[in-house]
Amino acid sequence: MSTTVPVKAQMSGAKKQTPEFVQLLDPDGKRLSDELYDPWVSDVTGDQLASLYEDLIIVRRIDTEATALQRQGELGLWPPLFGQEAAQVGSARTLRPDDFVFSSYRENAVAYCRGVKLPDLLRVWRGTASSGWDPFEVGMATPAVIIGAQTLHATGYAVGCTFDGVDSVSVAYFGDGATSEGDVNEAMVFAASFNAPVIFFCQNNQWAISEPVGLQAQRPIADRAPGFGIPSIRVDGNDVLAVMAATRSALDRARTGGGPTFIEAVTYRRGPHTTSDDPSRYVDPLVAKEWEARDPIARVEAFLRSEGVLTDELAASIQARADEVAAEFRAGCLALENPEPLSVFDNVYATEHSGLARQKSQYKAYLEGFDK
Amino acid sequence: MTELTLAKALGSGLRRALSDDDKVVLLGEDIGTLGGVFRVTDGLQRDFGKDRVIDTPLAEAGIIGMAVGLAFRGYRPVCEIQFDGFIYPGFDQIVAQVAKLHYRTAGKVRMPLTIRVPYGGGIGAVEHHSESPEAYFAHTAGLRVVTCSTPQDAHSMLREAIASDDPVLFFEPKRRYWTKGEVDEDATALPMGKARVVTEGTDVTLVTYGPLVATALDAAVAAADDGISIEVVDLRSLSPVDFDTVSASVRKTGRLVITHEAAESGGIGAEIAATLTDRCFYYLEAAPVRITGFDVPYPAAKLEDHFLPDLDRILDGVDRALGRVNSLTGWSA
Ligand SMILES: Cc1ncc(C[n+]2csc(CCOP(=O)(O)OP(=O)(O)O)c2C)c(N)n1
Ligand SMILES: [Mg+2]
Repeated sequence: MSTTVPVKAQMSGAKKQTPEFVQLLDPDGKRLSDELYDPWVSDVTGDQLASLYEDLIIVRRIDTEATALQRQGELGLWPPLFGQEAAQVGSARTLRPDDFVFSSYRENAVAYCRGVKLPDLLRVWRGTASSGWDPFEVGMATPAVIIGAQTLHATGYAVGCTFDGVDSVSVAYFGDGATSEGDVNEAMVFAASFNAPVIFFCQNNQWAISEPVGLQAQRPIADRAPGFGIPSIRVDGNDVLAVMAATRSALDRARTGGGPTFIEAVTYRRGPHTTSDDPSRYVDPLVAKEWEARDPIARVEAFLRSEGVLTDELAASIQARADEVAAEFRAGCLALENPEPLSVFDNVYATEHSGLARQKSQYKAYLEGFDK
Repeated sequence: MTELTLAKALGSGLRRALSDDDKVVLLGEDIGTLGGVFRVTDGLQRDFGKDRVIDTPLAEAGIIGMAVGLAFRGYRPVCEIQFDGFIYPGFDQIVAQVAKLHYRTAGKVRMPLTIRVPYGGGIGAVEHHSESPEAYFAHTAGLRVVTCSTPQDAHSMLREAIASDDPVLFFEPKRRYWTKGEVDEDATALPMGKARVVTEGTDVTLVTYGPLVATALDAAVAAADDGISIEVVDLRSLSPVDFDTVSASVRKTGRLVITHEAAESGGIGAEIAATLTDRCFYYLEAAPVRITGFDVPYPAAKLEDHFLPDLDRILDGVDRALGRVNSLTGWSA
């Protein structure tokens, strides 16, 4: 099969999906057809899917490398995205440069897709800076650690876009746990009231640290949004193609004045909450095993192989490329410089603050005392 | 007597409170199955059940607000805020409701909540995990604010806080969670509202609380080598402050240094300095000195040593109080 032909569903044996759970590639790598969502990815070629596959491999590789760096004492902490690669890559790769992302701490694959430089992903986790990058260079705010706060920011940004008469969209990434916070619910009210071009992209990875999603929601999370007047999509978050289709449909609605969309990407956090966490205290290994079988990478690989797009040779070269990126990532991490002591006083205010200026000069005198 | 870490002493305090009073319920994120991110509540859900040790949805306003309702119903809720920096979504419920309900209802409604907050820095954490927000709460009428520095105090003060009919903000010095000490569950404890003179001295009174008590004690030892005698006072309660104990010390030494991790402006140190200046004006030989975190957001981990008061900065402050050569010698105000 020519790799430039669009990745079409094979009608034979394809199972009709209900709109409630969008899946275009099943865990075995079979392409399912979906009347509503197929059109959104009808232009995706085998080569393009292979390129998404490469992204998935690379982000998993750097995520693993970051965990290793933490274990070796080079990072204070790392929140692995292991298992959530498709949800992040599939959505982030559909955005335009002028769109804007507001994320939480786990969206390192989103940041990678937005073009954040590798060492910039690590500054915060190595403790050398309060944030990693310039939001306006990559169209992505630096992550919110306060759960859910960024959803309101995304809403405000989107309202600003409508005021400015541009068709840029903002995307809020957050977790299943976050949906319990007041901020997230307020964001949905505001977004609906102002018909804001915002996408609420919830990665339901089944856990908020040790708490299962069942503690946050008694029904699928996607069911909540319609009550706010926001259409929602429940998508297989481990299916990169379905995530792409869902995000494209939401982007289209936002760009054409249709307002917000809520996407629940159903996925699984295969690693610990962070490197400080001990999931053996609360994860049932049998359930974890079930999710392993729904891995986001294996199914793309199976599909691309069945289509003849992915050869052993290509797979090996992608792996080699991922190793290269990981090596660059590690070197970038080790090269990060420690901040200057007096920089502790920098950037608190946009303009000079007399009280702080005084503290700074006193601390400077104090430090100089050690040289005497 | 058993030797326990401060975290385990808190856990044993919670365990006793749960056994002694069946109206005590624990609420928080990850406190049940996981036993809390610091394992303070380890084993409590297993032993007391899911109705008494409650894993809540992820919402701090929800935790505090639901505790208010439980208190209306006669319960004695103990809320865990996972980290200092995550208390703010619950701030409105604490300041506008918890603190004021007793006043608003002319004493008809009691709010016997305890809100446990791991606080302070020094653990190399990312943003929002190292803050010291105690002054916001000490500034709020209707709340009692306490903090502990030893395993024994952790245990006894927590039980007293839970038994209190007023709401108590209970700040736990997280970098001292692993400090070990003897704990006697049945000891007659110093009431939580009282300050403690931890080590006696004659030259300078060094007032502190929570995580910096250990640092202050190190400073006292180091200063002794220089022939300076420091009296360390552990405040324990930040609202009310036991000014009698602090005044008695300052009347003896004539010099006052206050140290805390929280920022200087509008902080607990400012309150101590002002009140002691008022109460001990004629006894003071020098202006009170504050050694605190700077007026900046808690910085990145690699900068925290340039934010937190440490032994050297405290000793520099002691030199200032004593009029010895110090970093500000020759400084023009
Ligand atoms: C306001 C607030 N409360 C608590 C926390 C502590 N905390 C950090 S991550 C987390 C769980 C988040 O779960 P979810 O929203 O599902 O995102 P995930 O970690 O699964 O990506 C909690 C409770 C926090 N960061 N902010
Ligand atoms: Mg989650």
